Amino acid sequence: MKAKNEVRIEFLSKSQNEAFARVAVAAFAAQMDPTLEEIADIKTAVSEAVTNAIIHGYEDSEGVVRINARLYDDKIVIEVIDNGKGIEDVELARQPLYTSKPELERSGMGFTVMETFMDEVEVTSSVGKGTCVRLTKRFKKANGEMGRG
Amino acid sequence: MRLLHQRKRELLIVQMEGELDHHSADTVRKELDHLLEDPTIIHLLLNFKKLQFMDSSGIGVIIGRFKTISQRGGKIGIIEVNNQIQKILEVSGLLKIVNIYDSLQDALDNMLGVK
Repeated sequence: MKAKNEVRIEFLSKSQNEAFARVAVAAFAAQMDPTLEEIADIKTAVSEAVTNAIIHGYEDSEGVVRINARLYDDKIVIEVIDNGKGIEDVELARQPLYTSKPELERSGMGFTVMETFMDEVEVTSSVGKGTCVRLTKRFKKANGEMGRG
Repeated sequence: MRLLHQRKRELLIVQMEGELDHHSADTVRKELDHLLEDPTIIHLLLNFKKLQFMDSSGIGVIIGRFKTISQRGGKIGIIEVNNQIQKILEVSGLLKIVNIYDSLQDALDNMLGVK
């Protein structure tokens, strides 16, 4: 299936860029005429994925986080990619309350939040190479009345 | 991110203005801990009216402060929660330890009344 629009964003793994990343993706998604709730869901999930890339992927060292976002007729697919340390056990990392960094007062709910707010969350990771989190959100409205874009 | 605070007897009310994410969590954590150094504070009420965004980083911040407050026999309450934040609070299971109140008055009645 061919995407009808696409953006690619790259930024340094600085926590200041978390707000930029979620707002940028939400602004891109806005052309689908989503509901306010759908926009809030996308912002939240992107924030979680980008935060994970910065804290866990790069462990606060400097690296580049990439976001590829594609719009289709009825959905947005967002990939948040880092070239950081990777996740050894993806299943474990996705468990609610699991955190590899308890000393940071993290809740361990990042993936659970992504799974709740999005329709699909796929994680591919390779130790020493990096992680890609693919988030899919289907727009309710798009199924009934197609926008012109 | 800006924090405004106010005292009502043994209750500290903190209004958060801005966005609570991983970036701002550190500042918020430090400011709250500084305020909670006052041992006469028993309860903490968070006003989210001007909190435009929160992700799971905020959950970590609240759970961390819950430890301090519960050691003092106090409670944490939240008022003025928007839909996005409500969802985060529900999903994380935080509502098992923190109450959402309908209004400031409702929170004051419940939190200062029970004690």
